[in-house]
Amino acid sequence: MRNILTLSEKELRSYFASPMAYIVTAAFLVVAGWIFAFVLINSRQATMQDSFQGMAIIMLLVSPVLAMRLLAEEQRTGTIELLLTSPVRDFEVVLGKFLASLALFIVMLGFTLYYVFLLTRLGNPDAGPILAGYLGMVLAGAAFLAIGLLYSSLTSNQVIAAFLTIVTLLVLLWFDALSSSFSPSISAVTGYLSLTRHLSDLPRGIIDTKDIVYFLSLIVACLFMTVRSLETRRWR
Amino acid sequence: MINVQKLTKYYGERAAISDISFDVHTGEILGFLGPNGAGKTTTMRILAGFMPADKGTAKVAGFDVMTQSLEARRNVGYLPEMVPLYPDITVADYLDFMARLRGVSGKRKAARTAEVMEVCHIRDVADKHIGKLSKGYKQRVGLAQALIHDPKVLILDEPTTGLDPKQINETRQTIKRLGGDHTVILSTHILPEVSMTCNRVVIISEGKVAAVDTPENLTRRLTGSERIEMEIRGQKGSVTNCLRAVDGVVGVEINEQNGRQRYLVECKSGVDIRAQLAAAVVRGNFELLQLNTVGMSLEEIFLKLTTKEDVAA
Repeated sequence: MRNILTLSEKELRSYFASPMAYIVTAAFLVVAGWIFAFVLINSRQATMQDSFQGMAIIMLLVSPVLAMRLLAEEQRTGTIELLLTSPVRDFEVVLGKFLASLALFIVMLGFTLYYVFLLTRLGNPDAGPILAGYLGMVLAGAAFLAIGLLYSSLTSNQVIAAFLTIVTLLVLLWFDALSSSFSPSISAVTGYLSLTRHLSDLPRGIIDTKDIVYFLSLIVACLFMTVRSLETRRWR
Repeated sequence: MINVQKLTKYYGERAAISDISFDVHTGEILGFLGPNGAGKTTTMRILAGFMPADKGTAKVAGFDVMTQSLEARRNVGYLPEMVPLYPDITVADYLDFMARLRGVSGKRKAARTAEVMEVCHIRDVADKHIGKLSKGYKQRVGLAQALIHDPKVLILDEPTTGLDPKQINETRQTIKRLGGDHTVILSTHILPEVSMTCNRVVIISEGKVAAVDTPENLTRRLTGSERIEMEIRGQKGSVTNCLRAVDGVVGVEINEQNGRQRYLVECKSGVDIRAQLAAAVVRGNFELLQLNTVGMSLEEIFLKLTTKEDVAA
């Protein structure tokens, strides 16, 4: 556990050592704020439901950028050699990196609580859907980052890692739209895999175990494969 | 302290190293000498626990690097060839990170950090970002991280490459001082480096161990004389006398194995006296069973090594 925290701390330090963390956070907040304002002005309703949908789309672009460096850079510069020859287990390396990116993401998301504050001043929003919505955002963000981390472990090129992550996320997003063109048995599978479906209920305040399990299993599966990918690096 | 047995590693079809065996005793500085591409880095990476071998075993401080990897890694300080460092953090932060990763914490961490900064002469750059350091300083930071947890074993892969002569000298002095308290294995392709720093040398060529000896003996074998190995049947004393009588012979050693007598004849370098030796044996009425030169292959390896250092201004 101590190793994981050590690794996370170092990773967060690296995030803020370069302008990237600031730029990504700023970009996220600018677009999220614009969407929030746009939705609010048009709907004149004290709800975050549509804003959450918009945020999820921005996260689709932001999380690959946050995750791309994590392992790819270590492989490019060779620092992975010192990391893997330190008395640290592979899963500790993976969890340390993952938690660092998740922490940064949650801080980023935390800034949007200001929108909620605005809503309480302007109207009387229902707390339930907002809390559930944030739960959905954190789960989805964590899943996106886990996918990004997996690709980051597979290549030493950050751009390739980010690109493949975005493509994967888009495919998951479009599975819903695509499923109508498949045969029923396949569309059942693609429908289950679809991000859109699992992201629609939580912002409405419906906490469905199916959605939670979907995101958690996505996170666990990706982290597990990342550990495996690190292990096979040793064998190559 | 380090025990390597029949280590073999394939990259695809090609064996990077095959059947490498050697020991390093506690407190010893062992040089790992060989031309580029001989398998030095591969061997060191296996010892450091970065990758596993395909065959054979390696033990560091009594722990098998494959089955007891974590324990073995705790006892190893490793400096890879390219000195991988994080450019975006300061030297102090980096050493702090590496110390904690290796389980050094609290008061001991502060003491160790101060000590390695002293030993490696990097105190004056403690608050600089690593990316802004010169090559020489980076190398020293690399050595500092290898020492931070006071490991029993130090594995240094080409620790002096890319340094200027003054820095090379400093680094060698530092490494020399580390011997005794630490068991050091260092790889190099520079012959004088070995004679200056190491107690013993393993010469490796094309993935195989070519010789294990002290630097003095190796230098003698290289420059002073050549050796010829002969298997002769006959009374030991008179065979030895007969061989000694041949012009150009410096010394004769007898090596008995399974009842077969092998004579190692050391002779002046530059003169080929194989024919004279054979004639002498026949004249003395002994039976000559085998005659071949040893050390020739060693010499070929030496030819590929860097035997001179560029003395830059």
